[in-house]
Amino acid sequence: MSSEHAMLLGIGVSAGVAIGPIVKVPPAASFDPDEPGTTEPAPVAERVHAALEQVAAGLEERLTRVPEQARPVLEATAMMARDPGLRGSIDTRVSSGAGPTRAVHEAVEEFATMFTDLGGYMAERVTDLHDVRDRAICRLLGKPEPGIPELRTPSIVVAHDLAPAETAAMDRTLVLGIVTAAGGPTSHTAILASQLGIPAVVKARDVMNVPEGTVLAVNGGTGEVTVSPTQQEQDELLDRARRRAAALEDSHGAGVTQDGHAVALLANIGTLDDARSAAGEDIEGSGLFRTEFLFLGRQSAPTVEEQTEIYVEVLRLFGDRRVVIRTLDAGADKPLSFANLGAEENPALGRRGLRLGLAIPELLDDQLAALSAAHQATGADLRVMAPMVATCEEAELFADKARAVGLPSVGIMIEVPAAALRSHDLLSIVDFASIGTNDLSQYTMAADRMEGELANLLDPWQPAVLQLVQHSCAGGRETGKKVGVCGEAGGDPLLALVLVGLGISSLSMAPGKVAAVRAALSMHPLSRCKEMATAAVDARGATEARAAVLDMADPELGVLI
Amino acid sequence: MTTRTVSIASSVGLHARPAAMFVAAATETGLPVTVAKDGGTPVDARSILAIMALGAKHGETVTLEATGEGADGALDGLVELLSRDLDKE
Repeated sequence: MSSEHAMLLGIGVSAGVAIGPIVKVPPAASFDPDEPGTTEPAPVAERVHAALEQVAAGLEERLTRVPEQARPVLEATAMMARDPGLRGSIDTRVSSGAGPTRAVHEAVEEFATMFTDLGGYMAERVTDLHDVRDRAICRLLGKPEPGIPELRTPSIVVAHDLAPAETAAMDRTLVLGIVTAAGGPTSHTAILASQLGIPAVVKARDVMNVPEGTVLAVNGGTGEVTVSPTQQEQDELLDRARRRAAALEDSHGAGVTQDGHAVALLANIGTLDDARSAAGEDIEGSGLFRTEFLFLGRQSAPTVEEQTEIYVEVLRLFGDRRVVIRTLDAGADKPLSFANLGAEENPALGRRGLRLGLAIPELLDDQLAALSAAHQATGADLRVMAPMVATCEEAELFADKARAVGLPSVGIMIEVPAAALRSHDLLSIVDFASIGTNDLSQYTMAADRMEGELANLLDPWQPAVLQLVQHSCAGGRETGKKVGVCGEAGGDPLLALVLVGLGISSLSMAPGKVAAVRAALSMHPLSRCKEMATAAVDARGATEARAAVLDMADPELGVLI
Repeated sequence: MTTRTVSIASSVGLHARPAAMFVAAATETGLPVTVAKDGGTPVDARSILAIMALGAKHGETVTLEATGEGADGALDGLVELLSRDLDKE
């Protein structure tokens, strides 16, 4: 890529605008495969210990200069660098002839494997361990520690990915924005950047090809990154940012339309760290707590007790706010070693979600038992729902199991068109439904979610998908049950208005999107949302639907999208 | 050689913050303290990585072991610590 004017599109994970020159973070050095073996262990072990001590001291030295919420990550990483267990493992390897960097690499992998097997909270600590490894290896190779070079002027930090300790230690006055080529919306970088209020974009794939020092304009809301922006583009972006900030300033509290119709605004959560960060936000609870992180990458299923611990922690974090927990949604695309039904030609259409739970009943039964124990321990507003339900038999099997262990509120996901079409019958069985718009689009349009070339078919504005949402809501009205949305669609301020107009009663999204959706709702009465819904469903295609709705929206909405 | 057995009182088990508090206290004794679960291999109580990898849960019994001067008092202190719900403090 040249430094010519160009636009990169990533995922915006921390809203705000930043314009400035870039400073690139060098990639971490890995262990040296040509390194000679160790013949005299004592001095080599001593060198490694000294390197680890320097790493720990360097991390601790930063403690006083970082914001308080960033300290625990640094403290934990420093503690790992000084860990006698890690040193013991390194010493053993050095004594049996490994070179210093190989010994560090292998010793860290030993613990990383154990942690990954334990799953959950422990698996998330692997990132910190790898950070210790990379820093120690760089010290041993005489290179600067990986991480952000010392900034002299306010800059935009560009990296392949950032370790938690790096993000945590950022100087807010010198880091204008962050752009990474990897990472995801729920990565540490994303969470910490939004806590620190630094505009950030992740998954901007080509950003490492931009030359050092080039000026970038970063829009952390939309995920747009402009290379060498013109003066006019910079002015427009800054003006837009000011107007957006002004519009969001008054966005607080429960979601309501301009005329007072309540719409619960909730967070989608995928890990314990997500839950900790989301619970501190101005939101009404969680509308989708994914439980896959408890199961993936392990050798055996988590015990009832282990699961209970985590559910209790999550429920306590949210106090009296609602938490909708989805039972395990795994399948052949995310295989579990302890619940593998074999390879499938077509995993998206295979034994996944509730289908897997019914094929291996102890998996679902244990999870429901743990959820019930967590509910009894906390008395929280816990609601439980099953993924991938298509028929009344499935809904009944799930509801019976969940109610048998005393769970107070039992629901289903509507992701399969069959469930949307039969929502009246399904909602006669369960207490609520939540529409997963991403999967509902994939199955309605017969377009693989992972296939980037089919993005236009997967557009959530497709009238066919909106019509299924409308039909699901009709089933809800007829049975007096609530229907929510917990897919990406709910976080789009314009589409959120359409969903509310169709009869959706709650919207669950990435927590960072709530403020803009809340502001959009407050600008429009329910009657206008209903008109927008009709226009969108009646449109010929996705593009026409969006254009028609945008025309009907308050002009001020423009700065939110 | 002094040994003690104790049941983990912390509701989240010997994880996260409780693990860090225990490791800090074990390091402070200045003695080589080890912890074993269910007759398993003893691990270094001063290693946060080893303690976390032990995965001791709420209600599980662990055996502490130490040698040296003051081992009795040191282990009494650690037993007292593990008998509290550290996560609540």
